Amino acid sequence: MLAFLVVSSIAGAWYAFTRWDGISDPVWIGFGNFREIFSSDTARRALLHTVQLSVVFVVLVNAAGLLLALGLNRAVKSRIVLRAIFFLPVVIIPLATSYIWRFIFDYSGPLNGLFRALGLDSWVTPWVGDPTWALWTIVVVMVWNYTGLTMIIYLAGLQSIPDELVEASVVDGASAWTTFRRITAPLLAPAITINATLSLIIGLRAFDQVMALTGGGPIDASETLATQVYKAAFVDGRFGYGAALAVALTVLVLIVVLVQLVVLRSREARMGA
Amino acid sequence: MTPFSYTKRTFLREVILILVAAVFCIPLYIVLVMSLKTNQQISTTPLSFPLHPQFSNYREAWNGTADLTIYRALINTAIITVGSVVLLVICGSLCAYVLARRVSKLSTGLYLLFVTSIVLPVQLGVVPIYVEMRNTGLAGSYPGMILLYTGLFMPLSVFLYAGFMRTLPATYEEAAQIDGAGLRRTFVRVVFPLLGPVTATVAVLAGVFIWNEFFMSLIFLSGTHKAMITVAIYGFVGEYASQWNYIMAAVVISIIPILAFYVFAQKQLVRGFTGGIRG
Repeated sequence: MLAFLVVSSIAGAWYAFTRWDGISDPVWIGFGNFREIFSSDTARRALLHTVQLSVVFVVLVNAAGLLLALGLNRAVKSRIVLRAIFFLPVVIIPLATSYIWRFIFDYSGPLNGLFRALGLDSWVTPWVGDPTWALWTIVVVMVWNYTGLTMIIYLAGLQSIPDELVEASVVDGASAWTTFRRITAPLLAPAITINATLSLIIGLRAFDQVMALTGGGPIDASETLATQVYKAAFVDGRFGYGAALAVALTVLVLIVVLVQLVVLRSREARMGA
Repeated sequence: MTPFSYTKRTFLREVILILVAAVFCIPLYIVLVMSLKTNQQISTTPLSFPLHPQFSNYREAWNGTADLTIYRALINTAIITVGSVVLLVICGSLCAYVLARRVSKLSTGLYLLFVTSIVLPVQLGVVPIYVEMRNTGLAGSYPGMILLYTGLFMPLSVFLYAGFMRTLPATYEEAAQIDGAGLRRTFVRVVFPLLGPVTATVAVLAGVFIWNEFFMSLIFLSGTHKAMITVAIYGFVGEYASQWNYIMAAVVISIIPILAFYVFAQKQLVRGFTGGIRG
């Protein structure tokens, strides 16, 4: 099984250096596909979108998840029910829920309806069909999708913090903000590392939500690397180029995740010291 | 006064959180009411409660597209998901048992390889896997998809099992072996039963991931009769373009099985996600 995985990955890397339609024999073209990635506007924009989407997604989904976790950690009576509600989108088919959002963002959908009702007619726009907004509608949907996931991981982190520490800090007269900054945040460092890495991987691989909401459009305003791999290999039949895009995506994931882990781990160590 | 008592500020926080949760649920409300309306009502009063529920939307959605009924897609998804989860539990636990118990450079190296591949995007291997599966005739078949998903989620399964096994003392196994049990017997009778909690985690996580998976099923199954629910929904939306009432009914049908699972096994699911991911 492992051999299957390793062999297919290595073979994938090999195809990346070929021109191949999937039927005839692959032709070795060296770095030709990679040159094309860096010279083609669509691929370069897909790369840029993937990074933009991931960065904004990581920040928002972690901020939202942390706020909810802090709010729902204790005392609040309905916390069990509320946690269940916020976690729900994590487990239901992302493709299916994205279609609900596509209606919300539709030109004649409820979001524009709300703006019209509030007299904000200048805000009305086709959202998923608007080149400026298409990518950000995907981020909104993904944040809605995964906030519950970061929330439960932060909650698990918060619950590992002994009550006495927080109590002592409050008894000593520290404000809520100081308690958070000096006690809670440092002890949450491992949860932050897990969440940041996890959400980054989810962001870099974004596919389902893109396909459901915009299909990468309008034109290529919301293409990501994952959708480009699919389209190049399985719609246009350019297997070699598709494999090269996949290699580019993999390299990006590995670099970013490694850098992030190193940064966050050293921060963890500093906080722990 | 302790910091955790229920004060006025706690009450305020509770009210705010409930409001946020209400806003958070709007998409779910929308899908439900829209799935019970006519398309005309949707364009005039999209958000009002449906006074004359149109259950015929569900009949239309249930029939799916000409190629594939939603019913068929649900059966396909169930077969592929259950098959993969069973294989993942068997292969994952066996593989992790060897990796965790045998101390050698090779087993450490293999373990690290498994862990690294959790991070790798599925896209990397997809072209050669597709070509191989097409050549061997596995593409678009149940066994092919089950093998594919087993391979895809094997790193996760091995990682979880190995992590758990390292916390298990080897004394039980040693006792069994002293009593004359062979390696196979020791694993089946002694080790595997001890792995109950992590087996649940693997099953729950992989089950949800595979049920919801779209990328691979789109590539390997679109246009076939073996397509999974995500592909069915994708094709359905393609055919019904802006007939939102049918689309929403199809969406509701597609999420009901997981929703039911969530209601019954919510604790297990959440624990699976936190435990599995923090692992």
